[in-house]
Amino acid sequence: MRSLLAAALVVLFAASARAAPEKLECLAPAKPGGGFDITCQLLRLSLQNAKLVPQPVAVTYMEGGVGAVAYNHVVGTRPADPGLVVAASAGSALLLAQKKFGVHDENAVRWLAAIGADHGVIVVNAQEPFKSLKELGEALKANPAAFPFGGAGAVGSQDWMKAAIFAKSLGIDPKGLRYAALEGGGAVLTALLGGHVRIGTGDASEVGAHHKAGRVRVLAVLSEQRLPGDLADVPTAREQGLDLVWTTWRGFYMGPKVSDADYTWWVELLRKLAATPEFAAERQAKGLFPFTKIGAEFDRQVKADVARFRELAREAGLL
Amino acid sequence: MSLDYLWTGFAVALQWHNLLFGLLGCLLGTVVGALPAIGPINGIALLLPLAYTLGVPAESTMILLAGVYYGAEYGGRISSILLNVPGDAGAVMTALDGYPMARDGRGAEALALSGIASFVGGMLSVLALTFFAPLLGQLAIGFGPAEYFVLMIFAFATLTSMVGDQPVKTMIGAAFGLALSTVGLDPTSGAYRFTFGEPELYDGIEFIILVIGLFSISEVLVLLERQHRGGLETVSIGRGFPSLATLRLCLGAMLRGTGIGFLIGVLPGTGASVASAVSYTTEKRISDRAGTFGRGDPRGLAAPEAANNAAAGGAFVPMLTLGVPGSGTTAVMLGALLLYNIQPGPQLFTERPELAGGLVASMYIGNILLLVLNLPLVQIFVRMLLIPNWILLPGILALAFLGVYSTYASSLSIVLMISVGIFGYLLRKLGFDLAPVILGFVLGKVTETNLRNALAISGGELGILFASPIALVLWALAVLVLFAPLLLRRRSSEPRA
Repeated sequence: MRSLLAAALVVLFAASARAAPEKLECLAPAKPGGGFDITCQLLRLSLQNAKLVPQPVAVTYMEGGVGAVAYNHVVGTRPADPGLVVAASAGSALLLAQKKFGVHDENAVRWLAAIGADHGVIVVNAQEPFKSLKELGEALKANPAAFPFGGAGAVGSQDWMKAAIFAKSLGIDPKGLRYAALEGGGAVLTALLGGHVRIGTGDASEVGAHHKAGRVRVLAVLSEQRLPGDLADVPTAREQGLDLVWTTWRGFYMGPKVSDADYTWWVELLRKLAATPEFAAERQAKGLFPFTKIGAEFDRQVKADVARFRELAREAGLL
Repeated sequence: MSLDYLWTGFAVALQWHNLLFGLLGCLLGTVVGALPAIGPINGIALLLPLAYTLGVPAESTMILLAGVYYGAEYGGRISSILLNVPGDAGAVMTALDGYPMARDGRGAEALALSGIASFVGGMLSVLALTFFAPLLGQLAIGFGPAEYFVLMIFAFATLTSMVGDQPVKTMIGAAFGLALSTVGLDPTSGAYRFTFGEPELYDGIEFIILVIGLFSISEVLVLLERQHRGGLETVSIGRGFPSLATLRLCLGAMLRGTGIGFLIGVLPGTGASVASAVSYTTEKRISDRAGTFGRGDPRGLAAPEAANNAAAGGAFVPMLTLGVPGSGTTAVMLGALLLYNIQPGPQLFTERPELAGGLVASMYIGNILLLVLNLPLVQIFVRMLLIPNWILLPGILALAFLGVYSTYASSLSIVLMISVGIFGYLLRKLGFDLAPVILGFVLGKVTETNLRNALAISGGELGILFASPIALVLWALAVLVLFAPLLLRRRSSEPRA
């Protein structure tokens, strides 16, 4: 009898521990329409289509400091909300590595999962003579001053880092690079088309269509394997003998005081979700590439990224 | 670009449900435009998830969002003119002459005139968009950091028209604006400046918070003070429609405003606020012989109103021809396409002509709708002037607080707004003009970023600023704007033969 009661209690406890939070919310720490919004919409739509949970995911927005405001808000004001996940990306890890998220570091939140990724690209105007990263590298090495870079974001941003690791792999000091910090991927494309900068760094999803239209030429994708879709004909940097990889994962974190049970509920939900065809279809439709890391594996990835970015930033003289 | 896509587009846009979406967008846009702090981006942010969840098709959503964008440029003028509270970024300049007109008992006229100017700017820019888009796409590409910098030099040169009889105060005001624009993330080096470790300041001071503080809060303080002294006159609403003579007087201003606004709107690096600022200062330079600008000159109202609507149209040029956004709002619209699983890019508008065409066609229809909507509504809006102060002032304050807090959801933004407001009040008491502060702020960031990017590209060589034909033309224009009035004055003071 006592054991029966105990068993019942265990079942009850387990059931309550696995109970879904009442309200599910995905906070996009930016204006609507950007990458964080896409991340939240992917979660919302694929959960809705796959019918894994009865309640809808509400998408909310809180812009400021490329995510810093939301980070501080979650840590300070809603640290234990079981239904709240916040969109983040490798860019957030890069900012954390440079201590640009205020007083909190990467250990201040619970990293939940990555559900997709974009990959770095190196791109030139289609009228440039260079057909491979190698040819461009040689020309750049011979005369770095003739090749101003353009990227979306200031020194220390992801696009700058892509330029910096490219330069470093050629033995050029990143500090000596000519780099224009432009406002968004669209501005990088117009600056390339207008010949104001000669090498662009950016993301595969943003330049794919322009590459296919023949306006610009993507010389290398900074991924481990070739990418499907518009950029299928473009070799990776590794194929061309340069070990350059830049993966912009997109995923979520949760508040630091979220219970293990609630965290596990999300981990299991996302595991199930990631296996559904509805998820794969939505991910592709949102222009994201497959990249799924959930729970502890993702936590390790973020910490490793932050450490690696910190090292890169230090080498580049940013810290 | 053949015009086939446009006929497809009219066929799409004239379907009754799309007409309704257009009308709904225009109405909502007018409202979000008129409410301070809430601009087209917020309106779109509000509608986009809703439209998407309700399963509205992509082209209807684009028509709806374009309606909001357009409507907001119309709506922003209402609160600028009647309350001196700019409803959105593009409407700041509208207040400079619009509000004095309303105080002068010409409120209805100002509203009607600005509605007409908005229509002229909007309509002509859609026509230009239809016929010259590919050509203008080339212009957008031609502008690199160096060209943008020289464009800003030109803008600062037109700013000298604001100097008036107290040059030192104007310079100090502009310097305040410049200084405020440096708060936040350094766009080039990525360092945080003057943020005091406060994440909410990482993005800098929001333009709209500055504007609301500087204009609305200080206005309320000034009105309160006058009320206390008992010197507050009642305002009459005036007769409804500008006379033919006024319209004729403003025609040149509207056309110049449209041209300047459209071209600046085409450039992805600048927006409606720069467009209306440059158009206002240029118009003042050209037309202000009697020193009536800033005291309720209808031309000072017509030019920036035409310009901000033309800029909204121009911003679609890079979106349609290059597949890249031309303004913050069009960026959100392009992003919206992704939600519909449509990859924005250069092929979009050849592959989906009903989308591009429907969008452009809806702009024609939207402008006509907005004019028809706005002219009769003038009589209703203008009654705002009859609201007694004991309701009006708390009302303005409530709107300002609500608008800012609902958008930025932080108490720091409220504190900032109030401190800027008190600062603005002190400036006004000391006889400063507020417009140069706003202009310095608007132009400051664009100027700095582009100068530093240009020099980063050239490795510090100043030659890059004079390298391209576009840059040289802009330098010439800047010099012309600076010195032409001197020459004109000398000529007109010579005795006539």
